[in-house]
Amino acid sequence: MLRRTFLGLLGATAAGLAAGKPAAAAANTHFGGYPDAKGVLFDGTRCIGCRKCEGKCNEVNELKAPEKPFDDLTVLDEKRRTNQYAYTVVNKYEVEGAGSVFRKIQCNHCMEPACASACFVSAFKKEPSGAVSYNESVCVGCRYCMVACPFYVPAYSYDDPITPKVIKCTLCDPLIASGKRTIPGCVEACPKEALVYGKRDELLKIANERIHRNPDRYVDHIYGETEMGGTNWLYLSGVPFDEIGLDTHLGTTPAPKFTKGALGAVAMVVGIWPVLLGGIYGVTKVTRNEATKARMDAVADAIATTKAEDAATLKSAMDKAAADKAATVEREVKKALAEAAKAQEAAEGEEG
Amino acid sequence: MNTTEYKWITPFNIIAGIILAFGVVATVMRFGFGLSAVTNLDDNNPWGIWISFDLLCGVALAAGGYVTTSAIYLFGYKKYQAAVRPALLTAFLGYAFVVVALHFDVGRPWRLPYPLFVSQGPTSVLFEIGLCVFLYLTVLFIEFTPAAFEWLGMKKARNIVHKATIALTIMGVVLSTMHQSSLGALYLIVPSKVHPLWYSDYLPVFFFVSSTVAGLSMVIFEGSISHKFIHEKMSDEYLGIHDTFVFSFARAASFVLLAYFVIKVIGVAADNNWHYLATGYGSWFLVEMLGFVLLPCMLYGIAAREKNMALAKWTSLLAVLGIVVNRFNVSLVAFNYKLDSADRYFPSFWEIVVSVFVVTLLILTFRWISRRMAIFSEHPDFQGDH
Repeated sequence: MLRRTFLGLLGATAAGLAAGKPAAAAANTHFGGYPDAKGVLFDGTRCIGCRKCEGKCNEVNELKAPEKPFDDLTVLDEKRRTNQYAYTVVNKYEVEGAGSVFRKIQCNHCMEPACASACFVSAFKKEPSGAVSYNESVCVGCRYCMVACPFYVPAYSYDDPITPKVIKCTLCDPLIASGKRTIPGCVEACPKEALVYGKRDELLKIANERIHRNPDRYVDHIYGETEMGGTNWLYLSGVPFDEIGLDTHLGTTPAPKFTKGALGAVAMVVGIWPVLLGGIYGVTKVTRNEATKARMDAVADAIATTKAEDAATLKSAMDKAAADKAATVEREVKKALAEAAKAQEAAEGEEG
Repeated sequence: MNTTEYKWITPFNIIAGIILAFGVVATVMRFGFGLSAVTNLDDNNPWGIWISFDLLCGVALAAGGYVTTSAIYLFGYKKYQAAVRPALLTAFLGYAFVVVALHFDVGRPWRLPYPLFVSQGPTSVLFEIGLCVFLYLTVLFIEFTPAAFEWLGMKKARNIVHKATIALTIMGVVLSTMHQSSLGALYLIVPSKVHPLWYSDYLPVFFFVSSTVAGLSMVIFEGSISHKFIHEKMSDEYLGIHDTFVFSFARAASFVLLAYFVIKVIGVAADNNWHYLATGYGSWFLVEMLGFVLLPCMLYGIAAREKNMALAKWTSLLAVLGIVVNRFNVSLVAFNYKLDSADRYFPSFWEIVVSVFVVTLLILTFRWISRRMAIFSEHPDFQGDH
């Protein structure tokens, strides 16, 4: 019963692996993203670090107001990351030759998200709209998503004992889907058009065009086009990306691919180990039985040999005894006969 | 049982009592005020020592169960039969208390059955681990029940389970192979966060092979501790095989450590990470490789060859420490290596309290059971029934 349950669940795992991830459906295919998936293009050359996007995000998502108001720009003096009260933050970087450069960070809404691949209750989902959604109602709070995210984005409400949850940017997807908004709050709030909301394909075109028209203004790379298999949030910059806190060594492999091999190997263990281990058990058992049998045979042999030897000894002793006896009898008879003959001779002599 | 003259006031009990008191305080704080009240966890460091020690080390050090049962039932070391029950009990309690510890770590512990019964996430390595640990805990429980059935006088039930020994053993090895390796596979998804010297495509293999070392070493180590404290409960049969058993396991551990050393070197070579050896992280990597892998490998070999019991026992402690060092290295030291030191994690006092608390609970339960059930001896009614 247990084994059957186990195999059943394992079958579910394998089926899930095959069906769950479009990229994993065949060995050499590439998931290019949902066709109408939307995203945002951030242009670092336009951002002035006004924090209006932060303020609007806080407002539309009904988050707790921070101690320092959003127009207080002194908070830019330290490096911040997203947390349970901020889906997005803008950081300031002093870059040689370029002065202060600003970069906004929030969930990048990966095309093949690490968090979704890592989540053991499937709380994260890549929506056809482009957003990576999070379902709080099944979340156990293991925080493997936070471990898995290469961008250090998801945050957790550690101070909540009853309903702690993962917190991250939603791309305003629920608000847009329900018709409350048409574009994400941050994009609407940006006074410098540093943010553009639209289909990812079109954003890439816009980004390429900007680089093409102003090659001196931009680094010739769109961050997010290929990083970790591509993200729906794209970045343009006038300075090298690693100088504005973006990891440029992430590679182009989508996160699910890193664990796919290991998960696949696990299924092989289920098939091969029982046979291998059963075989080893069988071999040791046969060896042990043969050894036992050989020992028993040897013992039986020894006993038989001893018995036979004993019998032979006994027989020879008996024979000897019998021969002795016969000889004695014969001797005695001879002796008696001789005595009898002597007696007869004597008697004849007396007569004669 | 000789419980009439039991002394409650012993140094061991006093220390255990103090730890339990602190543990209860930590538990109230954790569940009353949330994770932030007791831990140093933050958004950059979502996993602390409750994962590194309680989960990763806990599961590795509970590998004695599958290692011992497979050695005895599958690989033909039948003469060491008497060593099965202590190893199984250690393993079962080890896993049980890993699950206890996880209740502290996850945000909503009452949802821990969710991945199995409510919403499955089959693409997750953690899902596979959860499934395997759940099934293996069940297998270990069934494997352990004969001791409990004997204690309760339930002969029939005991004999039924006894007949399934080989099947249970094989299932145990299959499930252990899967989740021991998968604990390493957890970190495959973050090549950008784990230092290259500890990140490798072979992480699952490293974790599995080293878990065998952990299992062998824990059986030796735990045996020597029990020898000291539960001696009166040990049968002549157990005591009679104990020495040769230890040397067999020491020799096995020596060979496995050698294999582990070789595959770790292959790991460095495969990713061409040699140049990192000259860095600070490289020095620490060499300390792990030479001091906690190669050194116990040689010491175990010497101990087995020269029949040096003291050396075998001390080496088992060194090897166990080596496993702890490795799991901490992968999950804490090498993890987040790119972050500023100010953003790195160090455990809080209360996190350490909870970890010590859980280990103390395990030891107390082990002592309670082994003093009542036939763990280090055979039940008089079932002697010679293997």
